[in-house]
Amino acid sequence: MLDKVVIANRGEIALRILRACKELGIKTVAVHSTADRNLKHVLLADETICIGKPSATASYLNIPAIITAAEITNAVAIHPGYGFLAENADFAEQVEKSGFTFIGPTAESIRLMGDKVSAIKAMKAAGVPCVPGSDGPLTDDDALNLAHAKRIGYPVIIKASGGGGGRGMRVVHKEDELIDAIQLTKSEARSTFNNDMVYMEKYLENPRHVEIQILADGQGSAIHLAERDCSMQRRHQKVVEEAPAPGITPEMRAKIGERCCNACIEINYRGAGTFEFLYENGEFYFIEMNTRIQVEHPVTEMITGVDLIKEQLRVAAGQPLSYTQEDIKVAGHAIECRINAEDPRTFIPSPGKITRFHPPGGLGVRWDSHIYADYSVPPHYDSMIGKLITWGDNRDVAIARMRNALNELVIDGIKTNIALHQDILMDQGFVNGGANIHYLEEKLSDNDDQ
Amino acid sequence: MDIRKIKKLIELVEESGINELEISEGEESVRISRGMQAMAAPAPIMQPAPVAQPAPAAAPVAAPEAPVKESGHEVRSPMVGTFYESSSPDAPPFVEVGQHVNAGDTLCIIEAMKMMNQIEADRSGVIKAILVKNEDAIEFDQPLFIIE
Repeated sequence: MLDKVVIANRGEIALRILRACKELGIKTVAVHSTADRNLKHVLLADETICIGKPSATASYLNIPAIITAAEITNAVAIHPGYGFLAENADFAEQVEKSGFTFIGPTAESIRLMGDKVSAIKAMKAAGVPCVPGSDGPLTDDDALNLAHAKRIGYPVIIKASGGGGGRGMRVVHKEDELIDAIQLTKSEARSTFNNDMVYMEKYLENPRHVEIQILADGQGSAIHLAERDCSMQRRHQKVVEEAPAPGITPEMRAKIGERCCNACIEINYRGAGTFEFLYENGEFYFIEMNTRIQVEHPVTEMITGVDLIKEQLRVAAGQPLSYTQEDIKVAGHAIECRINAEDPRTFIPSPGKITRFHPPGGLGVRWDSHIYADYSVPPHYDSMIGKLITWGDNRDVAIARMRNALNELVIDGIKTNIALHQDILMDQGFVNGGANIHYLEEKLSDNDDQ
Repeated sequence: MDIRKIKKLIELVEESGINELEISEGEESVRISRGMQAMAAPAPIMQPAPVAQPAPAAAPVAAPEAPVKESGHEVRSPMVGTFYESSSPDAPPFVEVGQHVNAGDTLCIIEAMKMMNQIEADRSGVIKAILVKNEDAIEFDQPLFIIE
């Protein structure tokens, strides 16, 4: 097993990684910015290294500082968490070149999946169903682009190849808007991602966001751990996630899961990963693959009993997976609410000192967070301060437990979106299950109108 | 040949009691002989973490910086790395306590990813204190010197 790991992240995921390391007897090194000296995982870690000023660029994106911290502490591996450098192929490459293990896939896999055009190509070759599209980057040939769109059928969406996660996209409903939309998306992509490659896909009007969790050991084995439904989104940011996805049968799960596993083996994938799909009318359409552990991994852990972070550490240590596909069983239903330090109506971030804090508890309630009473949420980072997860024998019980848990959760001193989650958990459209990715935004604009 | 390998070889020489060890890997080679100032493993612990408490904020961790707040100007490290007091193991230290320095004078080297970075005095004065030891592991913003 790995001797010592640098946790190159902050907040709740850093604490999550620390906990898994401790269980496996791995020594922990917490690298942190000057603003994060009092992070819970920093106070608990075996060793701590301050790596820079508060800004992400100076600290959590500072590749030399992070690798140097690993050097001076004699660590053997670096866990990037999610966000920050987790999907930075150059970082993964430099980590490995410097003699450390990057806890995740190879730089090659990250590059392949980070480029959305090449990812789709690879998935098609592996038999994973994709959205009908341009099957490659768009050129400046207007006539060809118009022909693509005609073949695919309006509405279409223009997406930046270097984008992802909801950024760098534009929907086109009518033919006479197409050429301008392509130009606009290209120039935005050029300035945002330094890469003006764009491609075209069919725009699905009422899809759900359903994703498949996989684990691969990099030695020829890959398993899937069922799906998650992450359709409750606002501005492409997930707000509530659940597992399994309502309406997905075991047969559908096995079929799409097997395709994803085959794709992993085709591309020599290693570690944890997620295949994201748009799901409409019983069909799955691949949109992108995330080559990291995801925020919403706990709901998968609750329904399968698998500790995904420990599996990541085991794979990084060169061990085989602890489970075969037959071992993976789906039991019950889990829901996760992302608790953010923000105004529940305006969504304006609300950093500051937490004056009173009380976490919920009880059977089937899990609270993944780094906050504590008197902790000051800094303004420099994203606003997520915790994840509230519930599990139940079925979806109704999970919902009931979440409603109770949200009512028990007390975070005073800053604003949080607890009230928004309480609203969603009482909303009939959510409670029915199977709401699509536009549902939450439509509901919120209806709320505004009232 | 990376520095951690070399450190391990040095430990090997120390533990085994042999006088000299030479290793070649392709075009690179390293020779270690006794009588050189042995590089002890750098002190990795930056601050002892307190035993896990439910409300850790109630007892803020003792800062890794100088336990006694001295008067004078603190020169803090602009980077993470390993502190070296001199330009090489046999060279004399750049500065000593009591020495006058001018702004821009090299005070020490911080090594990171095999690159040696000279840390310069940001003002003139007398070195009142040197807060770290040769080969200490250094974090960002850690106080290194006090100049008065």
